[in-house]
Amino acid sequence: MSDHQFVEMSAVQIAAGVRSGAFSAVEVVSAHLSQIANHEGEVRSFVTQMGDRALAGAKAVDEKRARGEELGALAGVPVALKDNMAYRGVETTCSSKILKGWIPPYTATVIERLESAGAIAIGKTNLDEFAMGSSTENSAFSPTRNPIDLSRVPGGSSGGSAASVAARFAPIAIGSDTGGSIRQPASLCGIVGVKPTYGLVSRYGLIAFASSLDQIGPFARSVEDSSLVLDVISGHDDRDSTSLSSKSYSHQPLNGEVKGLRIGVITEMLDGLSPDVERALNQAIESLRALGAIVEEVSVPAAKFGLTAYYLIAPAEASSNLARFDGVRYGVRVEGKDMNETYELTRGQGFGPEVKRRIMLGTYALSAGYYDALYGKAQKVRTLIANDFDAAYGRFDALISATSPTVAFEFDSKSDPLSMYMSDVCTIPSNLAGHPAMSVPFAGDEDGLPIGIQVLAPSFGEGVMFKVAAALEAAADYRPVPQWASTGK
Amino acid sequence: MSNDDISIETTRHIAYLARLALEDSEVSQYAGQLSAILKHAEDISSLDLDGVAPMRHTLSVVNIMREDEVRPSLDREEVLASAPDAQASMFLVPKIVGEE
Repeated sequence: MSDHQFVEMSAVQIAAGVRSGAFSAVEVVSAHLSQIANHEGEVRSFVTQMGDRALAGAKAVDEKRARGEELGALAGVPVALKDNMAYRGVETTCSSKILKGWIPPYTATVIERLESAGAIAIGKTNLDEFAMGSSTENSAFSPTRNPIDLSRVPGGSSGGSAASVAARFAPIAIGSDTGGSIRQPASLCGIVGVKPTYGLVSRYGLIAFASSLDQIGPFARSVEDSSLVLDVISGHDDRDSTSLSSKSYSHQPLNGEVKGLRIGVITEMLDGLSPDVERALNQAIESLRALGAIVEEVSVPAAKFGLTAYYLIAPAEASSNLARFDGVRYGVRVEGKDMNETYELTRGQGFGPEVKRRIMLGTYALSAGYYDALYGKAQKVRTLIANDFDAAYGRFDALISATSPTVAFEFDSKSDPLSMYMSDVCTIPSNLAGHPAMSVPFAGDEDGLPIGIQVLAPSFGEGVMFKVAAALEAAADYRPVPQWASTGK
Repeated sequence: MSNDDISIETTRHIAYLARLALEDSEVSQYAGQLSAILKHAEDISSLDLDGVAPMRHTLSVVNIMREDEVRPSLDREEVLASAPDAQASMFLVPKIVGEE
């Protein structure tokens, strides 16, 4: 089997082949490492590559099989990990200068679960610094390029993870989603990205940005693969006090059967879409109707205030969470004349512009005299949004919208912070409500750039969400390929 | 909610609260950007939020506790190995108490 065949395989196909002995985990991992060697220079999806460890891990899987031991659901499957998740012994940076050189003494629960299932970590991927951004341009090290069109951003903040899957560096990757950081880059890179229900996946070992919104989830090139990965990483973890005690997700074969399902199209998310995105959404609606679903518009009135609530709540939580980066326990220290100045210099020089902007905004929103008017009010808006979603789910099984108002944009095209924040206008409300949502690639614009459709469901509605996504995936007549493959380079 | 722009003085005070040493150019930039973001945030002033409870958790979950039992914790030397400075199994920081 050729390297090309291996890197085009799904996680399900790889695990089945490794388990049956049709091919080895070492062959699979070697093929993906060659793909990285050939194209990482153009894409720059990784902060840290883990080639040697990956080969050793693959060898261990093959030896396990030779001994006749049972292999896991992701046996031999390469996985790329966003660099805001701790991996013991491997530098973890959050793409920030302030954490440069930090070697975590522990491993995130999701990574432990992936490795127990036989998955092979191949690298730590680039992100907007501390997951704050929508283009991966805020990385302190280097921007990541969109493999489908290298002149454009991959989206963010999990841009490196999304790009690594689109570039065939790995069939699956893990990201984190606080306001759309999995779904928006998935949409822009033409792959599947899932933000699960808050509490379904442990956040232990995820370096916190906004704790009440952060959730870890998978990227894949198929809905089925993303469902399988969610099965592996979900479930209670007593090291995360927000991890739910009695809930996990079980992967089921997906049939995409949507006949009779009631699917709402969120009215408030129809404004401001680019014409190509609007056309794709309309096609998606027609496809679902053709399959027998009942599709109607539904209003979620408070959703249009999501952006405001988010940009008060997330920075407030971030300003608190990021107080721990003070030059004492990890990463970089810039010495001042006393402790206070050491804090100020370390943080002033260690954090990049967007992180400082959000810490400033959050500090202001929490400061004396403004707490009730800003943070407190935003938390009330959050209740309204959740209530309005509940009302919609009284009439509909699932909701859909565009994932991103536009396709992937060019580098340096959104220098105004507010215009960048608008990229997440359709994805933010799910985080505020704690609900699951995912992006599935559905169409290309006239230049072939990917457009994703967002499928939303109520808490623990992952089953119906994957069902609708699988129907859209089957109806889609669009398969994005990396730029080097489409131009024959 | 305030309609006033965030002043340079206020911006410096916030930076102090957040322990961020900022250049003068950063202070004026952030003052303008925070003002613009907060201006945009005024859209929620139109909402009637009387009697709406602030969200505390997305699900009705409270205080999930684990059993209080002794478990292995992180290896001290491994933790200290990544610290900027350490001595005698502790983090080392600049002197905090004045000489006077």
